[in-house]
Amino acid sequence: MMKKLLIGVLLVNLLAACASQKPKEVAGEAKPAPAAEAPKAVEAAPAPAPAPVAPVAVDPLNDPNSILAKRSTYYPFDVYVVQDADKPVVEAHARYLSEHANRNVRLEGNCDERGSTEYNLGLGQRRADGVKKMLQVGGAKDSQIETISYGEEKPRLTCHEEKCWKENRRTDLNYR
Amino acid sequence: MSGIKKLRYLGLLALFCVTLPVHAALNIEIIGAGEHQIPVAIVPFAGEGKFAQSISQVVSADLARSGLFRLVDPAGKAPHEPREVVYADWPGVDALAIGSVEEQINGRVAVKFRLLDAVKQTELVGQAVSARADQLRAIAHRISDMIYEKLTGDAGVFSTRIAYINRLDKVNRLVVADSDGYGEQTVLAINETIMSPAWSPDGSHLAYVTFEQEHAVVYVQSLLTSQRKVVANFPGSNSAPAWSPDGKQLAIVLTRDGGSQLYLVRPDGSDLRRITFSGEIDTEPNFSPDGQYLLFTSDRGGSPQIYRTPLDGGPAERMTFEGGNNFSPRYSPDGKSFVFAHLTNGSFYIATQDFETKQMQLLTDGGWEKKPSFAPNGKLILFASEAQGRGILATVSSDGRVKQRMFPQAGDIREPTWGPFLKQ
Repeated sequence: MMKKLLIGVLLVNLLAACASQKPKEVAGEAKPAPAAEAPKAVEAAPAPAPAPVAPVAVDPLNDPNSILAKRSTYYPFDVYVVQDADKPVVEAHARYLSEHANRNVRLEGNCDERGSTEYNLGLGQRRADGVKKMLQVGGAKDSQIETISYGEEKPRLTCHEEKCWKENRRTDLNYR
Repeated sequence: MSGIKKLRYLGLLALFCVTLPVHAALNIEIIGAGEHQIPVAIVPFAGEGKFAQSISQVVSADLARSGLFRLVDPAGKAPHEPREVVYADWPGVDALAIGSVEEQINGRVAVKFRLLDAVKQTELVGQAVSARADQLRAIAHRISDMIYEKLTGDAGVFSTRIAYINRLDKVNRLVVADSDGYGEQTVLAINETIMSPAWSPDGSHLAYVTFEQEHAVVYVQSLLTSQRKVVANFPGSNSAPAWSPDGKQLAIVLTRDGGSQLYLVRPDGSDLRRITFSGEIDTEPNFSPDGQYLLFTSDRGGSPQIYRTPLDGGPAERMTFEGGNNFSPRYSPDGKSFVFAHLTNGSFYIATQDFETKQMQLLTDGGWEKKPSFAPNGKLILFASEAQGRGILATVSSDGRVKQRMFPQAGDIREPTWGPFLKQ
């Protein structure tokens, strides 16, 4: 009886040991980030030939070379204030919204996983609210902006390291 | 983990673990032992071999998991009635559990159980019940509770239930299970995040948060009828439900007025009242057992820490000052201490703090350990942990001596919470 138990124990532990050899980060890194809106991806893309069309017809939101192609702001750990590096981006979106009263944006706050799920829900909301305030100061109307928080629930990258965490601490500007 | 370290780890596990794999939704490992383990012998019950569920095995597994008992092998001795017990045959055993299971004419089963004091040679407790054959596990847990209570003086929690979220790819399931992981029942399954399940004090309802409506919304669902109602669905986030001890109100967190602030609301969504006015992040409220206070997490001091606020007005008081950040406070059932998640140097620990001494005690070795909750007897703490790259359930005794890890068969476990005692 005891022998059987012990063998069972060893077996389970051996299995566990095997499973633990797989490094955690691989799973996270192997998954490609949803890069559609990632500013880095946009920067890396070769610049398309300038379109010879009349400027009136172009919605600058669709211009990959426009600053408006950047749709995320990034934060240090446990910080919700828009950082200096991202201010030009938010200001450009504020200008765009004030000039396009028919466009609406949803601000989606996100966090890294170093917090409780509930605290991070609050932190993500504050990040989104911080961007909203800047958009309003820049001329956007309250009715054009919705803010929500995903907290730590929708990470762009899933490893337990700063290289993933820094991608997850962000507010996405999602035009609707 | 280095090779040597891993070997040592395996050795440790082999020495101290008991695994209980049969048909469990969760595989369980136990590490450590109580300071004074009580030697008990659980004799196989007469007739139990005829049933799918062996009562003596369930009881043995329950007692082993608590870490407070040393199970003595009956070694073939099989008394089923007190008159069949030869006490001289049981040296070094403090108590002896014997009994029988018998099929009745009406298709039910009769279970008889006695706990004998092997030193004083007297009966400590006994019970005879009639039940359906599919209730044998529940009866075994009740027997475990009786043995635990008689021998330790504390109420047993083997008959209580736990709730948690199981996430497998995109599917989130809100699950209710026995405290040993058996009898999993899916309360809700959706392709969006579910978080923060909270038991009503009578165990009949769960409050929780989902992202089904694209933002966080608070629901209350009946476990009897499966009917559910929206409690709060304001713009922004609606989250962190906690029941008052009388079950008549919920503390929730709303962001509709700026920041994350605490509110009270009735479970039907009526009578909303704001409690905190910090404008900062105030979240994870938890009622004191007397219903007079809320513990909560707040960043009002510059980093997330635990605070306590009286419900009749009056200022909030900061409770934690230790370095790092502190989250997810829960009162102990006796109200004398609280448990929380302590983040320092990139690791989460489960810690308790006594209200009187203000001393923090780390109960775990650190890792990815979050969302602790007390068992209703205050002796065990359930929390979310991580092992082998997966979210798992773990428990630690409130003195930090006995640790358990429970591995799901598939997916990641998160946001566990221990349910209340059920009135029988």
